[in-house]
Amino acid sequence: MSAYNIIDHEYDVVVLGAGGSGLRAAVGLSEAGLKTACISKVFPTRSHTSAAQGGISAALGNMGEDDWRWHMYDTVKGADWLGDQDSIEYLCKEAPKAVLELEKYGVPFSRTEEGKIYQRPFGGMTKNYGNGIVQRTCAAADRTGHAILHTLYGQALKHNTEFFIEYFALDLLMKDGECKGLIAWNLNDGTIHRFRAHSVIIATGGYGKVYYSATSAHTCTGDGNAMVLRAGLPLQDMEFVQFHPTGIYGHGTLISEGVRGEGGYLVNSKGERFMERYAPNAKDLASRDVVSRSMSIEINEGRGVGKEQDHVHLHLSHLDKSVIEDRLPGITEAARLFANVDVTKEPIPVVPTVHYNMGGIPTNYKAEVLTVNGSQKIVPGLMAIGEAACVSVHGANRLGSNSLIDLVVFGRAAAKRAAELIKPGTPHEEIPENETQKCLDRFDRLRNAQGENSTAELRLAMQKTMQSKCAVFRTEKNLKEGVNEIRKTYDSMDSISVKDRSLVFNTDLVETLELDNLIRQAVTTVDSAYHRKESRGAHAREDFPKRDDQKFMQHTLAWWDGKISKITYRPVHNSTLTNDVQYFPPQERVY
Amino acid sequence: MVQISLPQNSKVNKGKYFEDKTGSKNIRKVNVYRWDPSTEENPRIDTYEVDMDNCPSKVLDILNKIKNEIDPTLAYRRSCAHGVCGSCAMNMGGKNGLACTKPHAEIDGDIDIYPLPHLKVKKDLIGDLDGLYKQYESIEPWLKNNSSKETTEIFQSKEDRAKLDGAYECIMCACCSTSCPSYWWNGDKYLGPAVLLQAYRWIVDSRDDERKARLKKVADELKLYRCHTILNCTSACPKGLNPAKAIAEIKKMLATTNV
Repeated sequence: MSAYNIIDHEYDVVVLGAGGSGLRAAVGLSEAGLKTACISKVFPTRSHTSAAQGGISAALGNMGEDDWRWHMYDTVKGADWLGDQDSIEYLCKEAPKAVLELEKYGVPFSRTEEGKIYQRPFGGMTKNYGNGIVQRTCAAADRTGHAILHTLYGQALKHNTEFFIEYFALDLLMKDGECKGLIAWNLNDGTIHRFRAHSVIIATGGYGKVYYSATSAHTCTGDGNAMVLRAGLPLQDMEFVQFHPTGIYGHGTLISEGVRGEGGYLVNSKGERFMERYAPNAKDLASRDVVSRSMSIEINEGRGVGKEQDHVHLHLSHLDKSVIEDRLPGITEAARLFANVDVTKEPIPVVPTVHYNMGGIPTNYKAEVLTVNGSQKIVPGLMAIGEAACVSVHGANRLGSNSLIDLVVFGRAAAKRAAELIKPGTPHEEIPENETQKCLDRFDRLRNAQGENSTAELRLAMQKTMQSKCAVFRTEKNLKEGVNEIRKTYDSMDSISVKDRSLVFNTDLVETLELDNLIRQAVTTVDSAYHRKESRGAHAREDFPKRDDQKFMQHTLAWWDGKISKITYRPVHNSTLTNDVQYFPPQERVY
Repeated sequence: MVQISLPQNSKVNKGKYFEDKTGSKNIRKVNVYRWDPSTEENPRIDTYEVDMDNCPSKVLDILNKIKNEIDPTLAYRRSCAHGVCGSCAMNMGGKNGLACTKPHAEIDGDIDIYPLPHLKVKKDLIGDLDGLYKQYESIEPWLKNNSSKETTEIFQSKEDRAKLDGAYECIMCACCSTSCPSYWWNGDKYLGPAVLLQAYRWIVDSRDDERKARLKKVADELKLYRCHTILNCTSACPKGLNPAKAIAEIKKMLATTNV
């Protein structure tokens, strides 16, 4: 038995994560008078929301006619019909309200001549159900995520949110299938904290770091997703990993889709604007899965640029200098720093790079976490929002600028739902001690691990496996190899070594705990991909090139307890939330 | 002459030396400040021989290489790795910056890596920024607009919006404030360049109704006027911002506004 002193806390609600969705939820909860703690392993403005560049979608109609139903249609189509249309309706209908609210909070949006919020074109965003391009993506130059994150942190300060910063969450505390709180480790002084709560809202973001090359931050390790797996609950649609078309070659830094929105385009070694062949209408502004696949085909067929012919060029030097200066200053800086490129003169070398996880913790549109145990059930006391959640509004492929809006719409929805469910100050139940003990045993075992595999070696092995076996194009053979290889790496975790035994800012142990989280998600990702024998959105199977609505109009649910994995399915919702809009039946998806 | 004696635990000792094990011919010596609060020991400088043939171009790449291949106990903050999150601010080759955007080729000779200056150290390269965050809270970094309706946006002209350029981009890395001698000396009372730049960002936002109250709040000989235009802040900013100018603008506004 591991002995640690435990400091106890009681809150109505605990929000885990202080990025865009976590902060928005925390603000709403404080407004509702609920005693709220917001826990984060990094200071809030360090969260990866800060890296979002291009913008946040909402049918404001500031730059020409728009309708939230058109936005909904685009999102349904972008999702390759795997999204739940009730949730998508909620997202698109609430989006304008959520953006105006951000503006009231003080987000420094770029402006039109009339002084309204500036909106730019983005991939897959169209007018009148696919007929022409619409300008729907609200932008603060190309630093929209940064601007939103800092503004939301200011709002949280305004509402006196209680923050627990640089606390690393370890595990959920469950009792009879309900969530009762969580345990976290305070990196600042090494103490262990137990938070009791009537509701835990997971807002821990994505897990891009299971891959070798990703636009994701070092801290994007999907800690909340892994906590859910360890609590015996499933993750949904994990096979759908978005490759962003334009990560800087060799470094992975994101170059916003806003570059193509403002008129930039992709070119192969023959100097061709090849997207015209793959998406005759939308061209470079087709959805991300389509552009990434097209780029991969160009490269695989020998039309890549560079010494190894393994990337393509993104041109923007033809754009007006003022457009580059006013609307794309951030990527100008990134291209200079990480590709040594002056964008006013030269193209940026780019390659499809892991960027976003459509999959995550299954929820309904109220952010309540779902599981299947005989039939579909809500998990009382547990919610999930943001990239960690799979609502599912993004289905098999997320449209650019739909993630920032997802953060604020569902952050707000979670706070609203919690306020309906919880009476402030309700007394807390006892949590069985063995939950705490189980959590601390794992912590203590990893802290004192004396094996022969370093954390960095195992992490690299996992990342290389995912990068080679579960990338843009997939086949039965390489997925099967992936399923086996990733389990070998998982088993090697038994002989991991941690050199630092201390408790204050022991980042050796933090990274080991993060790896323990990542590897569980790697297993469920490759398992889910192996079992989905069709091509849909970001999941492209060379051996099953067509979408199969008969068999796979379903969400994948994946369980993994460290030994036994289980894959089941639940149907995609086939109705809308209200009569304001009709269900969009599946169609062939062309751009 | 006054003799000032520093506390015993402020003395930095010579630490461990990690010899190269790769046999590389292209080695650089990297000296890193180390301190572990869980021991009673003084801080020390550990030296690592790093194989530069297999190391990408930034200082963060060196640190990652040390942590992954030589010494996993080294502690530092890092996250986005492309200069937007502000986690990996530290002092490299005698200058503050972000490890993820600082090319190591710009540093001659041995590479010295220290935490941001004049902060309490939590461990190794991790500085304590709690005081700066409290000061940030004190300037009330949120929009105060009393007249707006919920259903419409507050209009702002392009010209008014342009006033926020150069201020809203701040990533709160603290490179500027911890390079400022005035902040070193009076960091508990002087707000410092990072926080004053943020104060300025809200003062000049045309949508904000509390401009005068905000100005009044910082019009204090310690909070604001400890800025002696040394300009280390502007020189240190890894985002190319100019906090010194923002401070000067605040002083100018105070001189010409009746608050």
